[in-house]
Amino acid sequence: MVDHTEAAVRAEASAWLEANWDPNRSLVEWRDMLADSGWGMPNWPTEWYGKDLPVGLVPVVEEEFKRIGALPIPKSGIRMLAAATILAHGTDMHREKFLRRIITGEDVWCQLFSEPGSGSDLAGATTRAVMVGNKWVVNGQKVWTTSAHKAHWGLLLARTDMDLPKHKGLSYFIIDMHQEGVEAVPLKQMNNHASFNQVFLTDAEVLPDFQVAELGDGWSVATTTLMHERRAADSLRAWGQVPDLEGRIYDEEREEVKTTLAPYSWYPQRAGRVDLIMQRAQETGAINDPVIRQEIAKLMVLHKSAEWTARRARAAQMQGKPQGPEGSLGKLASSNVARAAARVHTMLSGADAMLSGSDGERDGTIAEILVSFPAASIAGGTDEIQRNIISERVLRMPKETRFDADKPFKDVPRNTVG
Amino acid sequence: MKFSFTDEQDEFRTVLRRFLEDRSPSTEVRRLMATAEGWERDRWSEINAELELTAVAIPEAYGGHGFGASEQCIVLEEMGRALLCAPYFSSTVLAAGAILNAGTEEQKQALLPKIASGETVATLAFTEGNGRWDNAGVEMVATKSGSGFTLAGSKNLVLDGHTADLIVVLARAPGSSGDQGLSLFTVTGDAAGLERTGLTTVDETRKLARLDFTNVAAELLGEEGEAAGPMATTLTRAAICLANEMVGGADRLREDALEYVQMRMQFGRSIASFQVTKHKAADMLADVELAKSAAYYAAAALDEGDDDIVSVASLAKAAASEAYMQTAIHAVQMHGGIGFTWDNDTHLWFKRAKSSEVFLGDANHHREVMMLNWAE
Repeated sequence: MVDHTEAAVRAEASAWLEANWDPNRSLVEWRDMLADSGWGMPNWPTEWYGKDLPVGLVPVVEEEFKRIGALPIPKSGIRMLAAATILAHGTDMHREKFLRRIITGEDVWCQLFSEPGSGSDLAGATTRAVMVGNKWVVNGQKVWTTSAHKAHWGLLLARTDMDLPKHKGLSYFIIDMHQEGVEAVPLKQMNNHASFNQVFLTDAEVLPDFQVAELGDGWSVATTTLMHERRAADSLRAWGQVPDLEGRIYDEEREEVKTTLAPYSWYPQRAGRVDLIMQRAQETGAINDPVIRQEIAKLMVLHKSAEWTARRARAAQMQGKPQGPEGSLGKLASSNVARAAARVHTMLSGADAMLSGSDGERDGTIAEILVSFPAASIAGGTDEIQRNIISERVLRMPKETRFDADKPFKDVPRNTVG
Repeated sequence: MKFSFTDEQDEFRTVLRRFLEDRSPSTEVRRLMATAEGWERDRWSEINAELELTAVAIPEAYGGHGFGASEQCIVLEEMGRALLCAPYFSSTVLAAGAILNAGTEEQKQALLPKIASGETVATLAFTEGNGRWDNAGVEMVATKSGSGFTLAGSKNLVLDGHTADLIVVLARAPGSSGDQGLSLFTVTGDAAGLERTGLTTVDETRKLARLDFTNVAAELLGEEGEAAGPMATTLTRAAICLANEMVGGADRLREDALEYVQMRMQFGRSIASFQVTKHKAADMLADVELAKSAAYYAAAALDEGDDDIVSVASLAKAAASEAYMQTAIHAVQMHGGIGFTWDNDTHLWFKRAKSSEVFLGDANHHREVMMLNWAE
């Protein structure tokens, strides 16, 4: 296909969907058809299950899916980060072996980047990969790994050279999670959930073919993965909205969504649940307390200003204007909103803020807010890292002095234990 | 266009910014603020003649250019940034607003073209000794006398009240209270029985006056006893305009403080290299940008006729009150000792932040108004 006009793409996608979409197919069969036809990931290369469409035309295809109620490939989860990374840096063997099963959803993937000793400083990873005989042997500990216990494959960032500076001694691997040396243990959080795992790697093995890119290129490959992370997080939310239609395929998709999203059930609480504030204030009568009214109003000013700032950023992006400072503030603003909202929820609860679970308000949802909001200012880049990024990239202030960039990693002071 | 400006609006802002940087450098601000009047008629006429700023938001039917609140707010943001010493807010936001909202067609025809051209400088006298910003706070009484009215009592905190040519006055019928019995009147600045006293202000760039009325003959503006609605509409718009003026000043303070820390060396390094300074600068950016988003949104919401405009206007003013003052406090701190000196310009904007924080109602007041009118 060479005709890349919007109308031509729309007509072709529409015709294919008319001919092939059937809500009573199985999900696996439908995704196989999407892989074979290229309509599942139309911006991917033609030889790898795509149609070579410009990214800008993907929304046109998505609109046609939506119009007819057809289910798209969920462009979310770690497996899509894996796909993007493999397409950009992998070998044809990797593409052959992994891409199709990523599209069909048969393989679950996980990301083994963060470590107990390197959180914000991801490039300080100390998990070692050492060539023993003809295999890489991996030892170390990873953390904050979603789905590690279910994963078939892991994207692994590991140190292959202690004598090189930190960014240069890292390499990138695809590791088989179903082997003896890989142990995934749930990590219980302060809010009682265990959405992530710790992964202990003890003499775990990786075949040389499963190295991605050159030795020592791990950091730049990891950067590709991370670039796609925010996008994947956005589409995870979108994916949760399965159309309210009847048919076998919708039931199967709903089941998959339910299982996949289960670990994220507390995420809305982490953000502070501003949506519950006014209703609770009415119900509890706190709306009539002049002090609490002020606190509610402060929260609403912050919440609305943050929302409108995010929309300014999106509007500028759509108009193709250069990104203004408003584009870098979202993460910081949302953790401020979460913190302020938790504070107001506490005022609305009064003494009942001490109770949790079925004894707590809204069947424990409020208590869950009160013990989940600290994650908002840590996960996905701490407030401190956000402020560094804003001051250095937006305000052009001096970069932090580095003590570790140029010396051999073995000489860099670091955490010995997590 | 709540989330972006058109190319024309961006261009207008760019032109205006350059123009005001040239016409209102801080030396000029300092010169004018030291005068009792706070502005100069010749100087202001000359500035206004070039870009016809007083005409921007007045409808074409009354000699203006008929632009919306968004354009007027661009003017105000840039004036706030440049700390321009001119009777713009008093005349085109407060007085013109009250005349537009309350006046008869004949009165609008008679009064607005001269405000639009800048020939007449007008203001709105509504606050009194009790310092309240709402209609119910008005105590001044207007008594019918023959075919007209006479005003007796005092108005306080009147913006440019001692220099305006025309004064729109809010007063009430004897024995009335609350929103009832309120009427607007016009008197000329040189009316018999009117004594005008310039007040000593913290913010010398925003001059306020006390007006004492001893049986001053006044002309009714619009309908007798019906001023509550037009006043509320006028003050809603004024809050939005002020919020936009404020974010302009806040952004300027933020930029100047940033420029200073980049240059200042201590302990053998730029103080901008200290993480504590960087993080403060990042927070300042967030404060100002969020307040800008609210101010821009409110201006556009006014142009689009949104139902929740009262709440949105107060949200924007509350956001601006907090952000401007907080930015000013940080800005002095980032300058260190020099920031506390008279010669350094930071205090000029710090004081404007202080007067703006409370002018037309402080953050607490506007948060309460916002909650009373919250739609969701």
